[in-house]
Amino acid sequence: MPPSPCALCKINRALILRPKDHSKLCKPCFISVFETEIHHTITTNALFHRGEKIAIGASGGKDSTVLASVLKTLNERYDYGLELILLSIDEGIRGYRDDSLETVKRNAEQYEMPLTILGYAELYGWTMDQVVEQVGKKGNCTYCGVFRRQALDRGAARLGVKHVVTGHNADDVAETVLMNLLRGDLPRLSRTTSIITSTPSAVSADPDSHTNIKRSKPLKYAYEKEIVLYAHHKSLDYFSTECIYSPEAFRGSARALIKNLERVRPSAILDVVRSGEDMAKLVPGSDEGCGGTCSTSIPLAEEEEGGCGSSAGRTVGSDMASMEQQLSQNENVSEAGLEVEITSKRVDVMAQRHDRLTDAVPLPPRKKGQKVKGQGAAFTPKKATKQVMGQCKRCGYLSSQDICKACVLLEGLNKSRPKNAIELGYEEQESETPKAETTNMTNGMNKVQLGPG
Amino acid sequence: MSEPKDVGDIGITVEFSGGLEMLFSNERKHKLSIPAKDSTGAPLNVGYLVTYLCENVMKDARKDLFVLDGTVRPGILVLINEADWELEGEETYEIQPGDNILFVSTLHGG
Repeated sequence: MPPSPCALCKINRALILRPKDHSKLCKPCFISVFETEIHHTITTNALFHRGEKIAIGASGGKDSTVLASVLKTLNERYDYGLELILLSIDEGIRGYRDDSLETVKRNAEQYEMPLTILGYAELYGWTMDQVVEQVGKKGNCTYCGVFRRQALDRGAARLGVKHVVTGHNADDVAETVLMNLLRGDLPRLSRTTSIITSTPSAVSADPDSHTNIKRSKPLKYAYEKEIVLYAHHKSLDYFSTECIYSPEAFRGSARALIKNLERVRPSAILDVVRSGEDMAKLVPGSDEGCGGTCSTSIPLAEEEEGGCGSSAGRTVGSDMASMEQQLSQNENVSEAGLEVEITSKRVDVMAQRHDRLTDAVPLPPRKKGQKVKGQGAAFTPKKATKQVMGQCKRCGYLSSQDICKACVLLEGLNKSRPKNAIELGYEEQESETPKAETTNMTNGMNKVQLGPG
Repeated sequence: MSEPKDVGDIGITVEFSGGLEMLFSNERKHKLSIPAKDSTGAPLNVGYLVTYLCENVMKDARKDLFVLDGTVRPGILVLINEADWELEGEETYEIQPGDNILFVSTLHGG
């Protein structure tokens, strides 16, 4: 193929094919356009105001590294007047977070931004390594996700920062939209599609911290592909890894679906994001009436995000697994129904099958009466009514319950070991040959969990 | 790996990043000497290179993390001499001596 010239400067050789509009751009023009579009997102949504102190949730991964780089560039170029700092959460996973935190430390020097690293150990008294040692590898992502959600807000409150930005990109948001759609959870759409959310936080001696911590996603309309290309062409220093406790998470079905759609029709990703926003506006009681941008009606942040990884996208591993389980159960139900029809000529069989049918039909479309799995609780579909948010009686964090999810999980952790291990390992133990006594339950579980890799 | 073995081989550089290097012995950069023609005698293209990498370079058993349904897994970007392979004809691009082919995963987290 003869090289194509850049669609903008018409001089340089095009190196980038934009997924958004198929335009072919050279490296300098792409970098410039990418930055300008983020600037556009920031200004049209009025994400920042002059003099604001912003904490960038930094994991050392591509998204947060690009976010830090672009925000620094734009802050200087357009004189936003922002004070930018990096805030990293150390889950306490040896061999995983260690390396990415080294990357964040280098980023802090490269971008001349102060860095604060806050550990789960410090915040909750538990590292993820310790959590896994106790609950096993299954379901530990729930703990990690719930803890991380609060950790950024708590960290921001400590630093006296009222606004945290995260690196969620268009692919992440599209994935979340699909997940909520597949779950039939439209109310959640408004909270997850909004570019700005808020989290009341009361964790600090500072009375000011009782005010809202704002969250925003400046990369919400940026393709993951372009984020990676931007990082590549600007030679940004980022770290890619998979969490050692959920190495398969990135194979999540919703993510795969998004990537397949992108290959067929690249604009699909932004179209799903837009559709999500439009649907959110239609949901009764939605906070999204103004598109999530008017300051009087900022949707509350998700109270609890299950799952693992630095972005929402990484949640799909366990999430989709439970959904697939549900779908296959539904399939079984309809198969059972079909079977009855075919055999219904024989009355006796019909009578026999009828019992089975009545067993099968009442299976609720939502998971009730299913075995309670470690991560199950985090994904219980929300009621159609708007959540009423209060504060956790223990820690003061945003919660629709008396006690927030993190405190409930912590309470479980802080209780006796075997109880937790037995609950979470329940499913495996059925198929397992009788196992050694309870003394080493967690080790036994770890062994079981290694199987499907 | 080595210098071209004979006139039938061409030397290229293949790089993996964004987490893909984990599937390739944790080596980001691979200097390869590969046959200039595929098994049918046709000039070597990227599609064949991908198969070649799977069979000869990749030691990790999880081939589906790199190739899915006969092509590079969706979510993995391919850059041929820095250019998006979609601008170069994707699998049909005929590899030239000295080419740099980069595979970047967008699928991994931070």
